[in-house]
Amino acid sequence: MNEMSNKWIGKRTIRPDGVDKVTGRAAFAADTTMPGMIWGKVLRSPHAHAIIKSIDTSKAEALQGVKAVVTAADIVDFPVDTPYPLGIQDMRWMCRNVMARERALWHGHAIAAVAAMSEAIAEEACALIEVEYEVLPHAIEIDDALADDAPILHPWMEFNGKPSNIAGTLEHTKGDVEAGFAEADVIVEGEFTTRPVHQGYIEPHACLVSTAADGKMTIWSSSQGQFMVRAMTSLLTGIPQSDIRAIPAEIGGGFGGKTIIYLEPLAAVLSKKSGRPVKMAMTREEVMRASGPTSGSKSKIKIGAKKDGSITAIEGLYWLQAGGLPGAPVRGAVGCALAPYDIPNGHTFGYDVVCNRSKVAAYRAPGAPIGAFGVECLLDELAEKLEMDPLDLRLKNAAQEGTKAVHGPTYPLMGYVESLEAAKAHDHYKAPLDRTKFQGRGVASGFWFNAGGESSAQVNITEDGNVVVTTGHPDIGGSRAGIANICAELLGIDYNRVSVLIGDTATIGFSNLTGGSRVLFASSMVVTESTRKVIRTLCELAAKIWDIDPDAVIWEDGEARPAGDNAGQFDPLSLEELASRANESGGPIGAGTQLNTTGAEGGFGTHICDVEVDTELGIVRVLRYTVLMDVGRAIHPAYVEGQMQGGAVQAIGWALNEEYVYDKDGKVDNPSFLDYRMPVASDLPMIDTYIIEIPNPKHPQGVRGVGEVPLVPGLSAVRNAVYDALGIRFNDLPLSPPRVLAAMGEMKQAAE
Amino acid sequence: MTDTQYLAPATLDEAVSAFASANGAARILAGGTDLLVQMQAGVVKPGLIVDVKKIGELTSVEETADGGFIVGAAVSGAKLEKHPNFGRVWPGALEGLNLIGSTQVQGRASFGGNLCNGSPAADSVPGLVAAGAVATIQGPNGRREMPVEDIPAGPGKTNLAPGEIVVSFTFPPRPAHSGDAYLRMIPRTEMDIAVVGCGVNLTMDGNTCTAARVALGAVAPTVRRVPDAEAALIGSTLDDAAIEAAAAACCAACSPINDKRGTIAYRTQVAGVLLKRTTAIAAERAKA
Amino acid sequence: MAKIHVTTTINGEPEEFLCDPAETMLDVLRNRLGLTGAKEGCATGDCGACSITLDGTLVCSCLMLAAEAEGHEIGTIEGMADGDHLHPLQQKFLEMAALQCGICTPGFLIAAKALLEENPDPTETEVRFWLAGNLCRCTGYDKIIRAVMDTAAEMREAAQ
Repeated sequence: MNEMSNKWIGKRTIRPDGVDKVTGRAAFAADTTMPGMIWGKVLRSPHAHAIIKSIDTSKAEALQGVKAVVTAADIVDFPVDTPYPLGIQDMRWMCRNVMARERALWHGHAIAAVAAMSEAIAEEACALIEVEYEVLPHAIEIDDALADDAPILHPWMEFNGKPSNIAGTLEHTKGDVEAGFAEADVIVEGEFTTRPVHQGYIEPHACLVSTAADGKMTIWSSSQGQFMVRAMTSLLTGIPQSDIRAIPAEIGGGFGGKTIIYLEPLAAVLSKKSGRPVKMAMTREEVMRASGPTSGSKSKIKIGAKKDGSITAIEGLYWLQAGGLPGAPVRGAVGCALAPYDIPNGHTFGYDVVCNRSKVAAYRAPGAPIGAFGVECLLDELAEKLEMDPLDLRLKNAAQEGTKAVHGPTYPLMGYVESLEAAKAHDHYKAPLDRTKFQGRGVASGFWFNAGGESSAQVNITEDGNVVVTTGHPDIGGSRAGIANICAELLGIDYNRVSVLIGDTATIGFSNLTGGSRVLFASSMVVTESTRKVIRTLCELAAKIWDIDPDAVIWEDGEARPAGDNAGQFDPLSLEELASRANESGGPIGAGTQLNTTGAEGGFGTHICDVEVDTELGIVRVLRYTVLMDVGRAIHPAYVEGQMQGGAVQAIGWALNEEYVYDKDGKVDNPSFLDYRMPVASDLPMIDTYIIEIPNPKHPQGVRGVGEVPLVPGLSAVRNAVYDALGIRFNDLPLSPPRVLAAMGEMKQAAE
Repeated sequence: MTDTQYLAPATLDEAVSAFASANGAARILAGGTDLLVQMQAGVVKPGLIVDVKKIGELTSVEETADGGFIVGAAVSGAKLEKHPNFGRVWPGALEGLNLIGSTQVQGRASFGGNLCNGSPAADSVPGLVAAGAVATIQGPNGRREMPVEDIPAGPGKTNLAPGEIVVSFTFPPRPAHSGDAYLRMIPRTEMDIAVVGCGVNLTMDGNTCTAARVALGAVAPTVRRVPDAEAALIGSTLDDAAIEAAAAACCAACSPINDKRGTIAYRTQVAGVLLKRTTAIAAERAKA
Repeated sequence: MAKIHVTTTINGEPEEFLCDPAETMLDVLRNRLGLTGAKEGCATGDCGACSITLDGTLVCSCLMLAAEAEGHEIGTIEGMADGDHLHPLQQKFLEMAALQCGICTPGFLIAAKALLEENPDPTETEVRFWLAGNLCRCTGYDKIIRAVMDTAAEMREAAQ
């Protein structure tokens, strides 16, 4: 760390891809075209749950302008009894997610797809596909799916020896919670629900796939990982990975929702069959009906504590909706729920429950906000019972270096306590509230695992002495700028001399997803390693020119210098000079690194939220919001703040208005931005940020992940603020106006 | 595929003739902010689109000699907002129009389109009804006038005869000490469809209310005038008792549905709250 | 179906195209004219990513028929910079990191430019309400609002 002069690290540089993005030049997935390109459309299930008895595509194929049709028969089948994990997914479920196989499991599930000369012809052809369905009863909500007479989505799925919609469970235990509750002076408990919410990226899923006559395939698509696109498309189509080149288009938001694929394998088969480049793009309605939100949940939480506030035990039971195929983020819920606290006894247990909704996908700290919600709400209640400040209660029990977490690890140096102390000291926490206007304040904390994993980078010195860095991670939030800051810092050169590109699967080594808050953490490790190798090469070149020992050359301020007087008297050699003389020794200068990175460690944050409630209309407005968080090291503070602000606002949306409304037929009734109600600019105040930097000792620049933690505390911070304003404990989200007004009515009735 | 034709006639006669001869397969294009959404969703596949924005009478704003206004049915909210006098005289009617959708939508959306789309939640319609605006309508059988409140017939339906086009809205001359206002309840601050909308138009004589028109949106199959609320306000000093009575009349006038945007109970309760708030603003403006 | 011939002006240059009668301006810009800076986020006027100006008025190009462009002037993000000289809003968005993924950015810039042309000294509340039809899921709007306010202040100063 201290080797840094910090000329660029910590600076608000202009991102390398910035000008393209403010001028409309940046090419997102739907922006690319190819000569001879045709259009693909998907036929989707009109039923929430149905057996697919037959599909007849003959009329569609006969329509003028139709070039190819794909059904599940064209997609590689992964038998349900043989697990086939790929990252956080399982190909058994992915093959059924991209195309319904035995059954349509939700309204909007893909049944077939057509490629034709125009989108309109493809749509018309879809309507000509004859599908015979045997419609089955459906289960939308968790309780529907767990009822004794619930329709069973997967006949082969059993739990405790009986057919069930429970796909799996996961638990963490530390100590003995029963003994802990027995020791408690105070016990608080409650039942909570959160609703499924969509990631809400503004760019719908889209791709363009071109297949040559020799079978070589190029995919342009918007995803959180071109290598994931390549691997999944290969597995689902049987085309070898070496024949697929997946090019990462600029991505218009993902938040986890683009860590899986929907259209690419369909377009791949259509392109192969038709011999034409095929473009596919979802409509917003398709995104809302068929792509993955995060789970809805219910939970039962119980906390016991001594009079002095020390927690003796916490127990949390969770049920998370997976959608039609297994894979709810149970791990995030049961793993993160208790992670901020140093408690002797803890137990969390979660169920993965299938129901007739679109299969969930990752959403920013998947499962963690669900896990934290009930716990952070009950801590608020506990603080009130103990007459303690809610931040003091958290401080009393805060995890710190050396704490053995309920979910397993023993924590290294990290800054959770600092986030609480900063919150307590913050102006916001001391600012007065106008109680006559039903204003209230809430706080909450949260944790996310963060992730390391595979990354690759290549750092090349150009012949004119500048730098091109290639990494393998789609840049969603400015990571190229962070990489350029680090590389410029290490090389001691001007930031603008470093160009950062995202390589495709053919031009850079394997790099895992842009997800898990891992991109800057992992890619800066491989970029640092590569840059150091380059510096070593540059020093060796200078040594050769000077005819001295390479160890007698140091790299400083963008030039090679003799290490000291003993090394000899030579004029420094700049990067430009060395680049121009590269062929005098060894040739082109560049280095690559491929690593499976470790040491990401977890991240913690605390939020303060002020609200005002219109008690006649039930409307909750956020007045002020502050996000405090240990980010390790803010390589590019503006984009760190951006993560903190964006995450908080997604939490505000989740807490206040976002939810899916289903009709009685199991169909989403609000598949549009109009009625899904994500926060708009006029709903919000500025989002204040407070960056705490406790460098991660396991990272060369001290980086910790920052992308996901900022969503985790928000649901409870908003809800606790509403309690403070109204004195009503809402345990069910969202806090939409009808729900708030109804609860106020009940309170009034009870008072009368 | 259904072939769609597009026509942008320069005269009203041409428009009426084309519209009428399409026998129901045609749609009028004013701002298009509803029509294009419906086409995108596949709900509507018009055989003919008649763009009326090249017709002067539909796109102009005229002040009459007696102090009234004639606003073309296709005049956008953005254009009407820039009119030097309309918003001063009819702030509530303008508010309703300019609560439709985003700034982008307001660049296109019009009174005529909003009314003829037939949504019970149409933001601009309660203000028109409260204002006592009268629609001028032209059809194959000539021209006629119709009070705005008589036009909506139910969700997506109007009482216009086949082939008829709404040409303009006539706002009556304004007595001194008059004011109007429109408020709606939405969960967010913008971009939502009204869960309840309320337009109030008052004339005051000192502290006494001498004339009142009240209209509610999104609480019944059509935008609804509320005569009982008007009666409660007229002759009163807008005292608490009168306001409470008017609010109660608004709640009683509701026959809403439960849907994704609100519940029966919520809408009914909110109608009364909005009456109070909207009346307060209208009264303030009337007294100013 | 018979196509319509449209003569219009785009970013100050005369332009002609053929379109289907029911084709939107957005689809023509993106698919026929290669102007992909306007994005489709919803196609229903709810996200503002396709914002353009029509005779200087801010509109959603997804809610406009291409045929309606006849005789009018269209402004898109591709016409916002003057050669390699960025508009002050574009420059400020870069400096203040008012974009993350960037998909909503062209729409925000077009909308913000229309705002400042109409109101060079907007309050924060006015900026927020004017931009309420432009959805951003990444930034929480904070840096976007600040960038617009800062640009407005700088442009006022420069105009003095």
